[in-house]
This record gives sequence, structure tokens and C-alpha cells, in this order.
Amino acid sequence: MEILNIVWFVLIVVLFTGFFILEGFDYGVGMLLIGKNDYERSMLIRAIGPIWDGNEVWMITAGGAMFAAFPHVYATMFSTFYLALFLMLLALILRGVAFELRTKYPASDWRKTWDYAIIFGSLLPAILWGVAMANLLQGLPINDKMHYLGNFFDLLTPYPIIAGLAFAAVFLYHGAAFLMLKLSDESMLLELKRKGVQFGIIALILYIVFFAATGFSTNVTKSLIWYTPFVIGAICLLISINSYKLGRQIPAFIFSTLSIVGITIGMFTGLFPNLMVSNLNQDWSLTIYNAASTPHTLAIMTGAALVLVPIVLVYQGWTYKIFKERITPNDLKH
Amino acid sequence: MDTVLLSRWQFAITTIYHFLFVPVTLGLSIFVALLETWYINCDSYEGRIKLKKLVKFFGTIFLINFAMGVVTGIVQEFHFGMNWSEYARFMGDIFGAPLALEALTAFFLESTFLGIWIFGWDKLSEKKHCLCIWLVAFGSNLSAFWILVANSFMQHPVGYAVENGRAVMTDFFALITNPYVFGEYPHALFAGISTGGFVAIAVCAWKILHDEESREAFTRVLKVAVLYCMIGLFGVMGSGHFHAQHLNNLNPMKLASFEALWETEDPAPFAVYADINKELGRNDDEFLIPYMFSFMVHNSFHGEVRGINDLQSEAMEKYGNGNYIPDVKGMFWSFRAMVGIGGLMLTIVFITAIFAFFVIPRKSPKNLAAPTPMWSFEYWSLSYCWLKLLPFLVPLPFIANSVGWYIVEAGRQPWIVVGLQRTAEAISPNLSTGEVWLTLIGFTAIYLVLAILALFAAIHHIRKTTVTEKEI
Repeated sequence: MEILNIVWFVLIVVLFTGFFILEGFDYGVGMLLIGKNDYERSMLIRAIGPIWDGNEVWMITAGGAMFAAFPHVYATMFSTFYLALFLMLLALILRGVAFELRTKYPASDWRKTWDYAIIFGSLLPAILWGVAMANLLQGLPINDKMHYLGNFFDLLTPYPIIAGLAFAAVFLYHGAAFLMLKLSDESMLLELKRKGVQFGIIALILYIVFFAATGFSTNVTKSLIWYTPFVIGAICLLISINSYKLGRQIPAFIFSTLSIVGITIGMFTGLFPNLMVSNLNQDWSLTIYNAASTPHTLAIMTGAALVLVPIVLVYQGWTYKIFKERITPNDLKH
Repeated sequence: MDTVLLSRWQFAITTIYHFLFVPVTLGLSIFVALLETWYINCDSYEGRIKLKKLVKFFGTIFLINFAMGVVTGIVQEFHFGMNWSEYARFMGDIFGAPLALEALTAFFLESTFLGIWIFGWDKLSEKKHCLCIWLVAFGSNLSAFWILVANSFMQHPVGYAVENGRAVMTDFFALITNPYVFGEYPHALFAGISTGGFVAIAVCAWKILHDEESREAFTRVLKVAVLYCMIGLFGVMGSGHFHAQHLNNLNPMKLASFEALWETEDPAPFAVYADINKELGRNDDEFLIPYMFSFMVHNSFHGEVRGINDLQSEAMEKYGNGNYIPDVKGMFWSFRAMVGIGGLMLTIVFITAIFAFFVIPRKSPKNLAAPTPMWSFEYWSLSYCWLKLLPFLVPLPFIANSVGWYIVEAGRQPWIVVGLQRTAEAISPNLSTGEVWLTLIGFTAIYLVLAILALFAAIHHIRKTTVTEKEI
């Protein structure tokens, strides 16, 4: 029944990929609020208004699926990243409430305060997810009982910080590519087009630095297979930036999406069959076998996921169809 | 304080805070869906405008509350791994499944369709739009089912085996048909309906008195809210009674501590008041109604109810030395607070029903207006005073919900999973007290600030939003 462990590894990758793609542009849009005026911020937030909450559920589902399929990973990971997750929760709490409350009192200062919460609540989780993923790749001091022996500051070595910045930069660009499809205001589009290319180049540089740092700082280079998705991801990002520059907005967004697919698959392929690497003793690493639920639970959850995930994709796809049009000032009335 | 106690405080504070919003979500989602169904089935032009505004009015209260519920819910999902990693390890094979299913079947549904509902007024047909809010209501109430399946296992484990030091699922069907969940789930669902209905009643009362333009619309909604809340209250009492009777088999220690019954008795009396002495294992003083406890449990004046001291001896035989008695004093008085508030709410809702159906409709709108001076006869009219009082009673269901959760969770102590794992064994071993202090203070502080801001936004909305037949 070991095939089920692999199925669940793939499903976890699918959920994280969906999360990074969808929340990636939400986080990016949140970061892009920096320096915008009240009207522009309202337009940007309206662009993700109907979808951000559904997108965030991808993260919650990834966490829940991890709990169900690989409970030891869930236990070790969440207790290891205790303070990092605390900060992330604060950020996500502020961001989620901000989306709802910003329009509930008609004062520009009230809105402005909540919009800062959205900026903070988008930037910090983007960085922290990069930090977390890099720590998984780099390995952590995990003992034979699957307990983490370090503290919060041990997580903040240079490599994870590079990863955090790379994640934030890629999401920022991804958000810009998404907004190019959603905005209608000429002057906003013009500015976004100019800045977006710069964001794209910064993202590409940080992507490559992260890629190189992964080679230096982790053991995942032992298997060559992980290179492929990473390299394809980098090429996709390059194509995306080029399309963006040429004003081809749909390919630009599709390829920035593919670059996130590449980076996510690359990281998880590098980990396989581990999910958390112990740098004290190879045998103490948490793998998809020693950290998994029983075949019985995995089988039930496989059935549920194979039925439910496609249904979710259908109705979430429907949402994007309903709200496919560009945002006009008229839309702000809601 | 050690990390166990600090983490328990953190879990208690964040859960109770989360559960201030959850019942409103459960109850108000259905209420808004009912209003929208009324709207799309209404034929009169003016009625439709008013109903649409009412849907949006209550929809906005729902949305503010929903946002608070969602963000505080993420904390709860993360908590099991962050603070209780050994629990997650021991229970993951069983507990993870309902959580993942909750996300897949319920969270996606409610979040996605709520987004469509908020922004889709002009983009969908009326029927499709109304379907969206029904799907939100369905998703919210389904999520309550899954989390209570998970919780019920902790109270009364079924369909499992213990292998290699962890609990593993042997029967998924037994897990979701746990008799415990058929007590907890309807009780929570109807508590949600009562809470949502009670909030709606209070809002209507305030609007009728203070918002002349919207008075007519809210006079009509008040009738709906009263009936809705009444259904919830009858349901919550019925399911609570049924659940407590089942506790006699499923978790007798919890039942005995509800009533501070120390010794096994047949027939067992009901203590109206008890001065509980936990050290000596008895009540120093009590006021008893003979036969009553037996009657409540067995529907007959005879029948044994086991007492705390006997259950403690049984537990010692089974699990070894230790104290298996929960906080009896807290349980006894919390149970009385919960049941007492339930009865009080029912009385309040009955009185409100008389005003809503018989008194207020006969008054001309002007007679309900507030501006008469305080010394005038009208100011002290019953209906005016009663409507004035209602908004101040809004904390009642929230207190009942909170103490209700307290007795559920405190009643299984010292266990985190009854009979299988102790709370002290469940803690993440890598945490320092400093870390948990930091997060405990952090969560409490941000929750307090957000409560104030959300309440401010909701009150502003209630005060300023008018519901009239005028077009926007």
C-alpha cells in the first residue's frame, strides 16, 4: 500500500502549488498597495475581493491534509515553526479582518489603517513561507523522537532569508501580472506596466540566487531530477517577463503561474521522499513512510480527495468566470 | 506556570473567542438565506426593495462576524500542531481526517460562494444568487459537523485501535456516527440558530426605536426573528436534554460533575444549590429536589445515576492512580448558568413575541418614537421599555455558548482524549514557557483590539444603514 504514501505526497504538492499560485497573487496585490492612493488601493483590493478567501482555503486545506496524511510532519513542523507561525497567524488575522472592515466605516484614515494591515498581512506570510520551505530543504536539528531541538532564531540563517525574499519577489511580480488582467484604469495600467517589469527582473534575480543557494546550502542536489522543474520555472519566469514587457498580458500571467509551479515542484522533488530533513542523523528525518497515517486512513482520504478536489476546482473556476471582467470604478459601489 | 497550563489557557481563550463568532455564523447565515428567499419570492415592488436592503443589512452583520470567525479559526487549526504536537502525533490518524474533510467539503464551499454572494448581486440571476447564500449556510453548518466529529472522538473514542503507541482509525463510519456527535451537533446547530435569532431580535428592537425611516421594515423582521430564535431555543433545549441523558452511558463522570453528585444513588436527587468541597469529595451544604436527577436521566423516578467518587475509584482501577475528577465547582455552576440563560432567553423571546405580533402592529409608528420626554406616560409604556431593554440583553447567548464549551472541554479533564491520552502528555516538548507566554499575550491582545474594532464597525453599520422602500 506504499503507493498511497506517494499519492499523498503528490496531493500535498498539488495543494501547496494551488496555494502558492492563488495566494501568491493575492499576497502580491497586497504588497502592491504600498504607495497607492485611496482610490487605487480600493481598486486593487476589489480585484481580489471575491476570491481571496477561497484562495486562502488552499493553505488551510494543505495544513489539514498534512495533518490527516502525515500527522508526524504536521506535529513536528508546526511546533518547530512555533513563533514563525504565530507571526504568520497575526498577519493573516489582520489581513483577513482588514478586507472586511475597511469598507465598513466611511473615513479615509480608517481605510488607510486597514490597508496597512493588508500590506503587512501579505508581505510577512509571503516571506515566512519562503523561510519555512528553505528550512525544510536545508534540514533542521530533529532528534530521534521527531522533536525539534533548536529555537526560532536558528530558523533565520541566510539561506532561508534569501528564500523568503525570493518568494516575496516572485509573488509581487505574480500579483502585478494578475492585476494587468484585472484593472481598467489607463494610468494605473501604465504605471503597473513600467514597474512590473522591474519587479519581474528582481524576482528573476532572487529566484536564481535562491536556486544557487539551494545548491550550496542543502543536500537536495544529490538527485539531479530536482533541477529540471527549477530550471523550467526560471525559463517560464523569463518568458513571462518578456510577454509582460510586450503587453501580452495573458501569457505573462500563465507563465508566472508556471514559474510558481516549477519552484514548488522543484522544492518538493528535492525533498522526496523526505518531508522534514534531520541534519543530526539521516535516519531521523521524517519521510512519507515513517510520518504517515495508516493505509486505512490514507485510503479513505484518497477517495475523498479524488472526489472533492475536482468539485472544488469546478466551482472555484466558475468564480473566476463570473468575475472575469476588468474592474471599473462602478464596481467599488459594493 | 508551565507550558501545559499556559497552552491550556491559550487554547481556552482562543477557542472561546472563536466560538463567540461561530454560532452567529451558523445562525445568521440561515437567517440571511431565509430573508433572501423571501425577497426573491416577493411580488410587490416596494416589498422587494425593502427586502433586498434587509438582506444586505443583515448580510453585512453576518460578513463582519464571518471574517472574525474565519481568521480566528485558522489559529485553532494551527494550534493542534503548534502547542499540542504530541496530541497531533498520537491522534493524527483519526483527528486529521475530519479536519481535512472540513476544509475540503465546507471551508472551500462557504468561502468561495460567500465571495460570489458579496460581489455577485448584478452578475447572477436572483435564484443563483440566493443559492449562493444557501451554500454558504450549508457549508458553515457542515463545517460544524466535521469539527464536532473530531471533538466527539476526544470525549468518547469509537472505531479505533491503539497500535505502536498511537490511536489509529479502524472504522471511519463509526467515527462519523459516534453517538456523542448526535448530541453535540444538533445542540451546537440550534445554539447557533438561537444566537443568530437573538442578535437579530436585538438589532430589530434598536432599529424600531431609533430609526424612524426603517421602522416599518424592522417591525416585520422582528416577527421572523422571534420565531426563528424560538425554534432555536426549543431545539437547543431538546437536544441538550437528549445529549445529557446519553452522557449517562457515554461520559458519566461529566454528567455527575454537572450535578455535583458525589455518591451513586437510586433514585438520585437534583441539587439546585451545592457548596462543593472537592477535597473531601462531598457537598458541605446543598438544596436537593429528591428523585429529580433520576427522572431527568431515565424519564422515571427510579434509576441509578453513578456518583463522582465511585467513578473515580473505577477510573483508578482502570487507568492507575491519579485524579480523574474534573473541576466540579466550575462544571456545576457553568451548567446552571448555561441552562438558566437558556430558560431566561426563552422567556424573553416569548414576551418579545407578544409585543412583536400583538402590541407593536397596533401602534401607529409615531407612538414608538423615542422623543417623548422621560417624565411622559408614553416613555414608560411597556412596549417602549421592553424594546429599549432588548439590545442590552445581547450578551446572554454568548455567555451561554461560552460556558457550554467550557463544560464540554473541562468535563473531560485530566484527559485530552478520554481514556487514551492525558492533557499533560499532549504538549509540544520543544516549547519554552517564554514562547508560550509571548503567544498567549499576543493572541489575547490582538483579539481584544479586533473585538473592539469589529464591534465598532458593526454598530456603525446598524446605526447608519436605513431600510426603506426608496430606491438607492
